[in-house]
Amino acid sequence: MKDLKNYDTKLLKDLLFKMLLIRRFEEKAAQAYGLKKIGGFLHLYIGEEAVAVGSISNLDMTKDYVAAAYRDHGHALATGLDPNSLMAELYGKITGCSKGKGGSMHFFDYKKHFFGGNGIVGAQIPVATGIGLKIKYNKEDGVVLCYFGDGAIHQGAFHESLNLAKIWNLPVVYICENNHYGMGTDYRRVSAIDDFSIMADSYAMNGKQVNGMNVLEVYEATKEAIEIAKNGTPVLLEAKTYRFKGHSMSDPAKYRTKEELEKYKQKDPIISFKELLKENNIISEEDFLEMDKQCKKIAKDAAKFAEESPEPDLDELYTDIYA
Amino acid sequence: MPIITMREAIRQAMDEEMSRDENVILMGEEVAQYNGAYKVSQGLYDKYGEERVIDTPITESGFAGVGIGAAMAGLRPIVEFMTFNFALQAFDQIVNNAAKMRYMSGGQFKVPIVFRGPNGPAEYLASQHSQATQTFFAHVPGLKVVAPATPYDAKGLLKTAIRDDNPVIFLEGELMYSWEGEVPEEEYTIEFGKADIKREGKDVTIITYSKPLKVVLESAKELEKDGIDVEVLDLRSIRPLDEETILNSVKKTNRCVIVDESWPFVSVASHIGWLISNKTFDYLDAPVELVTNEDVPMPYNHKLELAAQPSVDKIIKAVKKVLYI
Repeated sequence: MKDLKNYDTKLLKDLLFKMLLIRRFEEKAAQAYGLKKIGGFLHLYIGEEAVAVGSISNLDMTKDYVAAAYRDHGHALATGLDPNSLMAELYGKITGCSKGKGGSMHFFDYKKHFFGGNGIVGAQIPVATGIGLKIKYNKEDGVVLCYFGDGAIHQGAFHESLNLAKIWNLPVVYICENNHYGMGTDYRRVSAIDDFSIMADSYAMNGKQVNGMNVLEVYEATKEAIEIAKNGTPVLLEAKTYRFKGHSMSDPAKYRTKEELEKYKQKDPIISFKELLKENNIISEEDFLEMDKQCKKIAKDAAKFAEESPEPDLDELYTDIYA
Repeated sequence: MPIITMREAIRQAMDEEMSRDENVILMGEEVAQYNGAYKVSQGLYDKYGEERVIDTPITESGFAGVGIGAAMAGLRPIVEFMTFNFALQAFDQIVNNAAKMRYMSGGQFKVPIVFRGPNGPAEYLASQHSQATQTFFAHVPGLKVVAPATPYDAKGLLKTAIRDDNPVIFLEGELMYSWEGEVPEEEYTIEFGKADIKREGKDVTIITYSKPLKVVLESAKELEKDGIDVEVLDLRSIRPLDEETILNSVKKTNRCVIVDESWPFVSVASHIGWLISNKTFDYLDAPVELVTNEDVPMPYNHKLELAAQPSVDKIIKAVKKVLYI
């Protein structure tokens, strides 16, 4: 990692702000879920913010693309989707980013190149690879970041995709967000290896394990990966991270110890990055509190917007099935 | 008018559309250097090159998903399955991604992709390689499903499929590739959701699609000898379904047999049977009969294999049953 002096302070503040926004947005969503204003599954990203923010901050969303899985709130916010439309989507309102038809697992924004949101474990990986094919076919200068969890890495779709991306030299960076648990299953119980980045070797690609609790480390690794991918060799990154909440809101997460959770909370990506910026006199505690106030307000306003937004008309039931 | 094979008609459709629109690409196992497992894509690799005619490894889920992602991002891929039996590997991608992407994104995405390849019972291939998959796909809102019975229809429908902004399942009878028919040289397309009366008649309607059209027309000729005048309706497109033409024909003949080489249980045939009983109940002079594949996996033994499928004998019996003779 470079010395902090080599970074634009605007970028550093922006990384912190985006992580904080995700955190506050999701806390607000969890609250609304508790009040039964949001239904279904709600997979929170709390604890993993550094991965989406660190990686996506490298992108130019006018030419690059993002595809994520069902834990997609963080990626959508990091991509720059409107928090109001995301919260409204959680509320199932017509003003939601997917008109209330997708919900938490199906955030989309075609114009901003956010290609999901996907509720089937691993199903977005071939899709992201296909976006890479389109970029290459049209000789565009772009890259796809494809996110999936440690649960998805054993799916055939993952292995098929890496092989295809390599033989066709597609500009895709595959990012495994290893938060340690595929639902309630510790990845060490179901994985033949514990360093997923070495799977890249099977497909003659570059693989790298990064500390997913450190936003700058993710930022640097992704930056390097994007350059390699754009030059024709896809990359696999494994970001070691941790989710502070259960798999979804219905999961009390009893399969892990309090000590383990506590250990990772000590590595909170937001708090540790804030401290780093403070130590380097880039922000003060007051700046942070002001930033936090802003993020809380955005989350609160989003909830208000969602609350006050209308339900879809019943006519919407039969729209958008065919183009 | 030139007489060409089904294989050539499908190839012509792809060739013409690839030449018309550079966003159209073809991908699948053996489609490029090998010129197609069934030689449907013969010559396209030489003409359009490896960027547009792409050989894939044997990874149906992977390359179907790649096609879907490419379609969402702006290309118009044709994905060939070496047979639709193997499409079951890609069922998740087709159903959960291709079919639903538009709906669950609130109408933001178009998924202009064609999944095509051989389908239906073949010969001596046993149960994994010899089955009709249309009902699996026809069940799913968001997909369009077409199944031509003649080279003329195949070309016109495939051109429409490639131009359609939705995912289209294009089913080619595996044993039909060498069947011949008249296909004009000039450009034409055939709209989806338009059934075609392949033979006018007044006594009984036989509804069918894809390969069984042949046995149905043979049956109609046989029945003519007994003075029975059969109307043969070819659906061509299963989803969208041309309900109007179906109902008008049944209103005219008052009797109906549906011939479908897929399994009978919750099938295309059983749905149409329900549709007719629901919408033309007062016109019916007899209950609707189905002639389908037997409700068994396809056996290897040829005698059993033939016995499992719709045949002229079975169709004639069903027609006579609805005529009470």
